[in-house]
Amino acid sequence: MPEVSFVESLRMTLREEMQKDPLVMLIGEDIGRYGGIFGVTKGLLEEFGPYRVRNTPISESAIIGSALGAAMTGIRTIAEIMYIDFTTCAMDQIVNQVAKIRYMSGGKMKIPLVIRTQCGGGRGNAAQHSQSLEALFFHIPGLKVVMPSTPYDARGLLKASIHDDNPVIFIEHKLLYATKGYVPEEEYIIPLGQAEIKKKGREVTIITFSYMVWKTLRAAQQLEKEGVDVEVVDLRTLYPLDLETILQSVRKTNRALIVHEGCRRNGIGAEIACRIQEEAFDYLDAPVERVAAMDVPIPYSEPLEKAVIPDEEDIIQGVKRVLSRN
Amino acid sequence: MKEDHQIWLELYRMMVKIRRFETLTGELFAAGKIPGFIHLSIGQEASSVGVCSTLRPEDYITTTHRGHGHVIAKGGDVKRMFAELMGRSTGYCKGKGGSMHIADFSLGILGANGVVAGGFPIIVGAGLSIKLRGTDQVAVCFFGDGASNRGPFHEALNMASIWKLPILFVCENNQFASTTSFHYSTSVKSVAQRSIAYGIPGRSVDGNDILEVREAALEAVERARKGEGPTLIENRTYRLRGHFEGDPQRYRTKEEVENFLEKDPIKRFQEFLKNEKILNEEMDRQIWQAIDSELTDAIRFAEKSPYPQPMEALRDLYAEDVDPLFQRSLA
Repeated sequence: MPEVSFVESLRMTLREEMQKDPLVMLIGEDIGRYGGIFGVTKGLLEEFGPYRVRNTPISESAIIGSALGAAMTGIRTIAEIMYIDFTTCAMDQIVNQVAKIRYMSGGKMKIPLVIRTQCGGGRGNAAQHSQSLEALFFHIPGLKVVMPSTPYDARGLLKASIHDDNPVIFIEHKLLYATKGYVPEEEYIIPLGQAEIKKKGREVTIITFSYMVWKTLRAAQQLEKEGVDVEVVDLRTLYPLDLETILQSVRKTNRALIVHEGCRRNGIGAEIACRIQEEAFDYLDAPVERVAAMDVPIPYSEPLEKAVIPDEEDIIQGVKRVLSRN
Repeated sequence: MKEDHQIWLELYRMMVKIRRFETLTGELFAAGKIPGFIHLSIGQEASSVGVCSTLRPEDYITTTHRGHGHVIAKGGDVKRMFAELMGRSTGYCKGKGGSMHIADFSLGILGANGVVAGGFPIIVGAGLSIKLRGTDQVAVCFFGDGASNRGPFHEALNMASIWKLPILFVCENNQFASTTSFHYSTSVKSVAQRSIAYGIPGRSVDGNDILEVREAALEAVERARKGEGPTLIENRTYRLRGHFEGDPQRYRTKEEVENFLEKDPIKRFQEFLKNEKILNEEMDRQIWQAIDSELTDAIRFAEKSPYPQPMEALRDLYAEDVDPLFQRSLA
């Protein structure tokens, strides 16, 4: 198969799962005739009909809650929330209902529910359409959180998420949709909870995910020219967290940098840094560093947005900070 | 005996069962045998029983923080209910849920809910599921008057209406949202009026008259099964106990409560059945006695049941039962 885009990869996976299982349902705003504002569900209404592709009113709370009700009663449901910013309109449903209902009932039911949503800045969409809120969901027991970085991973991870009997928050960065990559036609699954080393290296472990993987790989190329050899770990899944792959890498390089687009304070990096020092303190030659967004909302104007969201240069500087300490 | 009479006696028996369950629960709470907080549905029995008596086992319900009555009326096992209230491992949720989270999927009980209006979107999902699977099940969302002032009420009614989902939205207007009166907190005189805004039939009935409740529910259930869409029923009733057990109830007078004791749905139906010569003193005594005996056994079962092991706290979060911290299997 030729290279396909991130969007096409998601769409072919949804279609494949819907063809295989008549009890798979999609629900969300503008996912019907319009095909989703990023085109992920294009053609699916026509192929599967309105009972399986439920185009909804602008009612995030009811989208998530009804997706939960459907999942509890035997429908493998994939809900779409157009922007991760709007998941906050459904936070009662996600945090109080979706994440807890299995536990509260003593494990009586399965919740085969995927909440697909879209995150990130870089498009001048300002503060309410550009957030990276994965840390909110990472904090809540009962959820799984998936953030793919390539079309290949998106397909394997979406498949695993749909097959999963737990609620999964599947977060797609808006700048990834148009990216292309090799995606085989045959089926494959990437199990949740398995990080991947996207670049091998010796001197510093960079732990990252989603769109930041690409910025990190570009920074790594630049660093290589300067004679610095970094290893890039793409988490792919935030929860379950593949701590083992992180630790193995850190035990080898003895230095770690965490890179993410969400703001620094209480971000994913804080948790990972803490885990590294708990589990691999004796291996560290320098404090674990973080490169993350500034602790402000995402501003609109291009120079402001660029200043707030980390770029390749910030990552290079981060690596140099880690290397400068002994 | 006529068939109606059999049904009526069963309705009566079920209301008495809920009344006694709730009364005993209040006593167990006062005696310190039930932790947390407890919301009793005493005075609202006609609503649970009237509606659930029109349902099949495979039909779905969602209920509320004041949900013991709905669970019992849908066929819930009082042993497992008492055990859950006492936090025992034999309880409906193995002691992980408590009063506000009792669920029994085998009876279509999709769960009580600790968040006011929590059941609305879930019931819409059950409705979608019914449509997709092509069955003639119906789904019932019980809620209080206070819930009709929350967003999910409005989102769910709109969705259920545009998709003609097989749903009954059953409001138990017990005149109080927690401690705030319905008249103060709600922009309309009747919750049923709100159905107009969503293009669905709405009906307000005397929620303390079990036959009137049942008649309204039968009509709505039939409509739902035929694929004609949702209905909102408002059962006007009165909460005879506080919002929670221990509520000082400074927001209402004793006289007001006493006035409503006269309209007690069980007392009214009891008098009706006696007037109709369907129930006599001896039968009545036997009904109450049999229920008390069943409930006493259930309490004994609960009290003898073990508490869960502490490390049980880690189980039941994810389907594969993994340790949430280290991803090691708990099996």
